[in-house]
Amino acid sequence: MASVADTPKAGFRLGMLIYDTRYRSMTIQVVVMVAFMGGVAWLVDNAIQNLHTLGKDFNFGFLWARSSYDINQRLVEYSNDSTHARALLIGLLNTLLVAFLGCIAATIIGVFAGVLRLSKNWLVGRLMTVYIEIVRNVPVLLWILLAYAALTEALPPLKDFRGDNPAATMSLNDSVAVTNQYTVIPEPLFSRSLGNVDVGIFLISVDLLAIIAVLVGSILVNRAIKAQASRIQEQTGDRPVTWWKSLAVLVLPVVVLLYALGFHLGYPELKRFNFSGGTEISNSLLALWLALSVYTGSYIAEIVRAGILAIPNGQSEAAFALGLRPRRTMNLVILPQALRVIIPPLISQYLNLTKNSSLAIAVGYMDLRGTLGGITLNQTGRELECMLLLMLIYLAISLCISAVMNVYNNSVKLKER
Amino acid sequence: MNKQLFFGALAAAGMLAGFASAGTLDDVKARGELNCGVTTGLVGFAAPDANGQWTGFDVSFCRAVAAAVLGDPTKVKFVPTTGQTRFTALASGEVDLLARNTTWTFSRDVDLKFTFLGVNYYDGQGFLVHKDLGVTSAKELDGATICIQTGTTTELNLAEYFKVNNMSYKPVAIETNAEGEQQYSAGACDAYTTDASGLAATRAAFADPENHIILPEIISKEPLAPLVRHGDDQWADIGRWTLNALIAAEEFGITSANADELAKGTENPEINRILGTEGDLGAMFGLDPQWALRAIKAGGNYGEIFAANIGESTPIGLARGLNAQWTQGGLLYSPPFR
Repeated sequence: MASVADTPKAGFRLGMLIYDTRYRSMTIQVVVMVAFMGGVAWLVDNAIQNLHTLGKDFNFGFLWARSSYDINQRLVEYSNDSTHARALLIGLLNTLLVAFLGCIAATIIGVFAGVLRLSKNWLVGRLMTVYIEIVRNVPVLLWILLAYAALTEALPPLKDFRGDNPAATMSLNDSVAVTNQYTVIPEPLFSRSLGNVDVGIFLISVDLLAIIAVLVGSILVNRAIKAQASRIQEQTGDRPVTWWKSLAVLVLPVVVLLYALGFHLGYPELKRFNFSGGTEISNSLLALWLALSVYTGSYIAEIVRAGILAIPNGQSEAAFALGLRPRRTMNLVILPQALRVIIPPLISQYLNLTKNSSLAIAVGYMDLRGTLGGITLNQTGRELECMLLLMLIYLAISLCISAVMNVYNNSVKLKER
Repeated sequence: MNKQLFFGALAAAGMLAGFASAGTLDDVKARGELNCGVTTGLVGFAAPDANGQWTGFDVSFCRAVAAAVLGDPTKVKFVPTTGQTRFTALASGEVDLLARNTTWTFSRDVDLKFTFLGVNYYDGQGFLVHKDLGVTSAKELDGATICIQTGTTTELNLAEYFKVNNMSYKPVAIETNAEGEQQYSAGACDAYTTDASGLAATRAAFADPENHIILPEIISKEPLAPLVRHGDDQWADIGRWTLNALIAAEEFGITSANADELAKGTENPEINRILGTEGDLGAMFGLDPQWALRAIKAGGNYGEIFAANIGESTPIGLARGLNAQWTQGGLLYSPPFR
């Protein structure tokens, strides 16, 4: 019986790291990794050394110093006695505000433009093509500046509201004033207010919380009513009329609450220089919001169009064959499938819009870049700290948006069973 | 991704800081050109003229330094900087010298690690308003919208002034003087605030200067001074004594016209020392004896530079005021050349 020949000893020689395909890729990865880490270490070391040469240290203590500057647009309390960290918060909230408003408006514009571009109506289709092609092929900064210039130049200056025979007047029964600096609208006031609660960094109006609670309650009750109607429909085939119940449940409690709180509107009034009372919406916010949503909307339009075109014609033909009307075909057959194609690129558009909002400085809108990356950076001279913090915050915002949108994406994506 | 961003930032910072090294004089000589940080355009102080040549009060100082160091006042590269970018530009070594009506403050000097070369213009912050508003005093500006260049000391002074006087205002942050002029004239703000000299320059640039007034209140001290990086004393000395030479030249009556004549030798030893005919002051900081002579010939002495760019015969029309020689009741006072 011939014994099995001895297998060659699996000895390891150094050369195998290069010549043996089992190890080669690992070798290359290790080498690249070491080189990369070395490069990073060199950069960090260089930065530290240079900071040392310049006699600068690296710390974030300046955030707790008095900021000494004022900010025009603020959602929560702030004055020049507040800290730089507080100014950062003001900027962050302003960034989130314009990003939030922008994402909503861009989605609405985008969906409309995308669907209309597919319209069989020649004129509508071409108009949308022109809109999309013009808007998305010009840098967004120019659109922001254009929107701002248009608002500043076209709207009447404040001095036109003055005098016995003013050139400009307030609209909507003297409640809204549109000027070249801002638009001022009546503000909600409560004569029997429940006050505010301090949550550490800012005050929250109890009135607002109460209204939100009542609204949420109303919506839940309304859902129960509808669910019951559906149950009855399943059992008997007849759907009871519920609209008056829904209306009553949704509207009455809020109206009663508002009355109890003594709700009234505070009208703006022209003082020596500016309107006082009322809520001001600055033109810089409007211009930024308008430009960002129109610009991003043009990209979303193309995404929506692509999503709809990705659904084979057979789907709608089949739906028509089953007797579904065009609108129900769109809602029940086409859009749910199109969303799977639309959502992932839509996430990047939301991220783009949020990041593009840092162009706000061009129109003097005090976003994160304007406060932390602008005035704070300048007045404290902490470039490295401010920029790193700024990048970290934008990164965190973007990752949050991605996370939320991915959850939504998972809920609409194709479920393989 | 987080890490990459972080290291990217470090990389950028590392490279920026990498240029900041000692030996600025050698760098400038090797380059054959002085990089001078100026404003993005403020008529009278630093602005390109119709032929694209930079002219102005700050520009003249850059040219004097270039003449002293390189022997040619035209060998200057002007780098326009905004209120926001100026310090980064200087700290990173993008410019060798910043002559950009910058206020000398404690924190800029100490914390930001710069060396100020001496005041070249004593200024104060004022307000420019539309005449038809009917405002005659800054105390009447309660509730007004005010345009302000961001990243400046004026921003902080404004907040303090309104706080002290228990008034409120709406700040509109703008980046450059040009943007400020445009916003102000479009009526996007009731008042524009910056250094009074800058306001005079801005007002002079308007098509209708008679419709705008500068309010009488000066709410702060703004000693404007050219500056360099901390840590290169030789370079700082060159800048400081070039400025002193221009000021002393006015005091001793040395002008661009008679400098060559006086350089042949005079009865006054101090003039001789300045112009390099006696002693060798230049060698002490690595320049030749005629450095100050060339600096003075570049644009004239302090008085000539003032008169040509921002003085009463120019559209800007600033009086000497605090910026007169100490012998004339002003604050200009050059230490002795010896």
